[in-house]
Amino acid sequence: MNIAIASGKGGTGKTTIAMSLASFYAGTGTRIALFDCDVEEPNVNLFLKAEIERTEAFNVLVPRVDEALCNGCGECERICAFSAIVLVKGKPLIFTEMCHSCGGCFHVCPERAIEEIDKATGVIEVGYRDGIRFAGGRLNIGEAMSPPLIREVKHCYPELDVRIIDSPPGTSCPAVEAMKDTDFVVLVTEPTPFGLNDLILAAGAVSALGIPFGVVVNRADMGDDPFMEQCREKGYNIIASIPHSRDIAEAYSRGDCISYILEYFRGEIEKIASHAEYYNKRSVRT
Amino acid sequence: MIRELVIISGKGGTGKTSVAASLACLAQNKVIADCDVDAADMHLLLKPEVKLTTVFEGGKKAVINGETCTACGDCLRYCRFDAISDDFIVDPISCESCGVCAHFCPHGAIEMKDHVSGKWFVSETRHGPLVHAQLGIAEGNSGKLVTIIKKKAREIANEKGYELVIVDGSPGTGCPVIATMSGAAIALIVTEPTVSGIHDLERVYELARHFNVKTAVCVNKADINPDNVASIKTFCLDNKIPITGVIPYDTNVTRAQIAGKSVVEYSSGAAAQSIETIWKCISVILSEKIQ
Repeated sequence: MNIAIASGKGGTGKTTIAMSLASFYAGTGTRIALFDCDVEEPNVNLFLKAEIERTEAFNVLVPRVDEALCNGCGECERICAFSAIVLVKGKPLIFTEMCHSCGGCFHVCPERAIEEIDKATGVIEVGYRDGIRFAGGRLNIGEAMSPPLIREVKHCYPELDVRIIDSPPGTSCPAVEAMKDTDFVVLVTEPTPFGLNDLILAAGAVSALGIPFGVVVNRADMGDDPFMEQCREKGYNIIASIPHSRDIAEAYSRGDCISYILEYFRGEIEKIASHAEYYNKRSVRT
Repeated sequence: MIRELVIISGKGGTGKTSVAASLACLAQNKVIADCDVDAADMHLLLKPEVKLTTVFEGGKKAVINGETCTACGDCLRYCRFDAISDDFIVDPISCESCGVCAHFCPHGAIEMKDHVSGKWFVSETRHGPLVHAQLGIAEGNSGKLVTIIKKKAREIANEKGYELVIVDGSPGTGCPVIATMSGAAIALIVTEPTVSGIHDLERVYELARHFNVKTAVCVNKADINPDNVASIKTFCLDNKIPITGVIPYDTNVTRAQIAGKSVVEYSSGAAAQSIETIWKCISVILSEKIQ
């Protein structure tokens, strides 16, 4: 089973919930993996503190032109939909940071003057702690495209029982890539106007992917009543809520809020797990 | 000369939009741009009156014509994004808009069709013009949309003779943030004294340096962890980044949001006062930039 922890708005508590859920599962003897797919700002291991067993370079394919073979016909520039190849004085100039690795130029070149080479855009770190297998991506600074790295992280540990995916905020490509092909999405939000607005956007994206989701309301007592009303009206399933607490905020700031949450709000985390199980079984049956 | 003040954070939820809306209230003669296009919230505080709506076409999507398709499977072999199903239907969410399948289809059965990825707006607000957007559900190409919004905001500033564009950015360090940062005079990084806030501050600072954008920092929710505030100050001193202010945790920030106002409009409490100091610092930095 794959569970994505996501949210439209940032800073609502995705990583805290993902960590707590992973710890909960580990405590029940479930073979569990936790993935950090917020590869632009990876934070999971600041909290998990897993010992990193190995760090692998993550590469994407980018074109390289053999100038001896290139006759400057410009086919590669024409097929590139991302303006990553520009002909300058009859020679193709390649902007690898714009390249989406579609392979169009490589296939189209009539002189076979283009080869595809690896370019490192980030790393994947793999580790283990307290019953939790960890894999996390880290995009190099200055790289624009996180989806390929997110995709790669999600391929780790296919043999385990449950994989929890800590997703990036937002509702566009990186968030969609993290949520895609999961069995259940947990949308973490806070009951504020920003939280609600971004929850509606995120819920739209999850629905477009055809994945069942539940809402976790974090800092549940800090917000306003229209929030709950709106959730009811939209038919969102609120599966757990965790109140605002100075203690949690302070523990989070130090990087050790998880044991606190599992001690005081174990029941809420358990509810998230049982909803995920329910939807997973239902999807297996149908 | 038009200067762009962009507000970024690396980590989400540190208070970018609350700070940006307050700065928009305090600054004179400016255009506001909400470049957090996939989770835009600025409009909730500024209550814009939309004057102009424009469709955003992010990229074309492949569409297979079932009548001309012979199911040869070439497109499946060319597509690197698993966007084409075994029965030759293109999933528009997975389609990367590269057009390789259409180019190589031996039967000309694939067409790249224009695809609406969102809308963008030019609006009037009580604090001046706002350019903002709504990216469609599960759409990509946010960097391209950010570039359009910034260009339009500069155009409006130019027409009105304004010298400042205030840009609210998105979290992260990827495509939309890079597009937001491009051409900025200064990036104000809003951070918080948490282990993740500090980690993400360091990464987004590296990104600003990578693109040669000058930075300044402000620390939000500062009283949550004084030790971490000290670490942030040390980091900033070591890297010669000006700290423009320290905002204490103040429930007025959330209350202002619920009231649909910026913090400085809603209260004159501790957070509002800190943000006023931040604006004074930023104004000085911006005017230094002119000289």
